[in-house]
Amino acid sequence: MNLTLKIWRQPDPVSEGALATYQVEDISEDMSFLEMLDVLNERLNSEGEEPIAFDSDCREGICGMCGLMINGDAHGPLRTTTCQLHMRTFKDGETITIEPWRSTAFPVLKDLCVDRRAFDRIIQQGGYVSVNTGAAPDAHAMPVPKAQADRAFDTATCIGCGACVASCPNGSASLFLGAKITHLGELPQGQAERDTRVVKMVAQHDHEGFGGCTNIGECAAACPKEIPLDVISQLNKDLRTAVRHGY
Amino acid sequence: MRHAGTLTFVASQTELAKPLVEQVRSTRSTIALKIGMAASGLIFVLFVLLHMYGNLKAFGGEHAFNTYAHHLRTFGEPMLPYGGLLWIVRAVLIVSLVVHVATAATLWKRARRARRVRYAVKKNTGATWASLLMRWGGVTLLLFIIWHLLNFTIGKINVTGGPTDNPYRLLVDTFDTWWLTLIYLVAMAMLGAHLHHGVWSACQTLGLTSNARARRRAKAFGLVLALVITIGFSLVPIFTVFGVISY
Ligand code: HEM
Ligand code: SF4
Ligand code: FES
Repeated sequence: MNLTLKIWRQPDPVSEGALATYQVEDISEDMSFLEMLDVLNERLNSEGEEPIAFDSDCREGICGMCGLMINGDAHGPLRTTTCQLHMRTFKDGETITIEPWRSTAFPVLKDLCVDRRAFDRIIQQGGYVSVNTGAAPDAHAMPVPKAQADRAFDTATCIGCGACVASCPNGSASLFLGAKITHLGELPQGQAERDTRVVKMVAQHDHEGFGGCTNIGECAAACPKEIPLDVISQLNKDLRTAVRHGY
Repeated sequence: MRHAGTLTFVASQTELAKPLVEQVRSTRSTIALKIGMAASGLIFVLFVLLHMYGNLKAFGGEHAFNTYAHHLRTFGEPMLPYGGLLWIVRAVLIVSLVVHVATAATLWKRARRARRVRYAVKKNTGATWASLLMRWGGVTLLLFIIWHLLNFTIGKINVTGGPTDNPYRLLVDTFDTWWLTLIYLVAMAMLGAHLHHGVWSACQTLGLTSNARARRRAKAFGLVLALVITIGFSLVPIFTVFGVISY
């Protein structure tokens, strides 16, 4: 395949960036999107040009490190991570625009890399349970009803990639927040800190400069882990309960 | 690893880390703003339904309509003074309007700040057109409400030069004027769009849609309510402009 790529280049957080155009040739349909960028970077390296900075780690769809805005879709046209997107999804001769996540809370570090530590700080505010876990307990020591266990598990699959923020017209991180709140709130261990967790995590979310949710649903449509909009309702419900409890 | 080195350097060169917020209150969050918006919106919905019921009295003719208008003022007498109930309703509506518009403006401003750099290419895959129209649609509704109050309540403007102290004749004269009917119908379509998204969004904000089934139901309910209100309000102007409602 031959493709025209328009890629956001920005040398550092403070400089202005712009889209630069590159031609790539002989791309295999079986390459992942990131491998296609690797091929381009090999060439740029050999030509003595600065390679394009982009994030990736596991390249198997589980770490959440990769994440690019591809032709206006977070992680590209398929509902998967950028590393799991393959070039067969595109047509020969196509022009592909590649941009970093755009969010004030995720400043661009360089080219396509953004700083997502805002998510870490939200987690620091309560995305955990303060229990002494000790040695592995017996599986039946604390029974969890199947439906709740399933929901906790499904929402725990959030990999913190930030596609929800990137695709949201309000730049809100409500889907991410909702996934964490639901995951911990469904489990018995998560109950003790339930009220403080939601209040502190939402406060940090707002403080970081993420927008408020208006239930548009772009996030759930972009989420590679298919986290549903339900979790935002759960988040709102937990916050409303915390208001009632006076937190 | 030249590029990894550059990244670490860049990250350490910029003061991106924001501190963890300490003073947190549930009532100071974006979600609390949204709850205010949802509650005021639902008060509007109740009012609008009653208002629609009153308007449909126009099909009963001049006497039925004007008697209804009069009864609105004598309702609750002698426990309430003349027009007492009307003023209570007005006070509630004015407070709701202030809350609704103030929270909308605050969240709009936040959302704009949350994404300062726009995407060169951005697709919407999960959004309905109604959800993307909420803010500008809301501005249209605000302008309409101002005009509407000038027309029928505060100013009592009769563009045909007819009587202004007879509610029924003011209504007929107004909707006999084709462009006033047009403005009114456009506003009702806007209201329909606002409610199509707003009703389900309010359910979500209040935490009532924490599973897929409840979400589907809330969306269906929103659509039905939007259609009932839009069509219900449009009947009187349409039947007036075609001469069925007349004097
Ligand atoms: C005065 C003019 C109005 C303005 C400026 C306005 C603006 C807005 C905005 C910006 C939103 C938030 C959009 C979102 O969350 O997606 C909203 C939500 C809403 N509006 Fe309005 N609106 C107005 C009038 C009305 C009226 C007349 C009604 C009802 C008859 C109404 C009912 C609602 C409802 C139910 C919501 C949903 C609240 C939520 O999302 O939780 N609004 N409005
Ligand atoms: S909710 Fe989905 S889109 Fe958002 S961070 Fe988690 S995995 Fe990524
Ligand atoms: S690199 Fe780990 S999810 Fe894509």
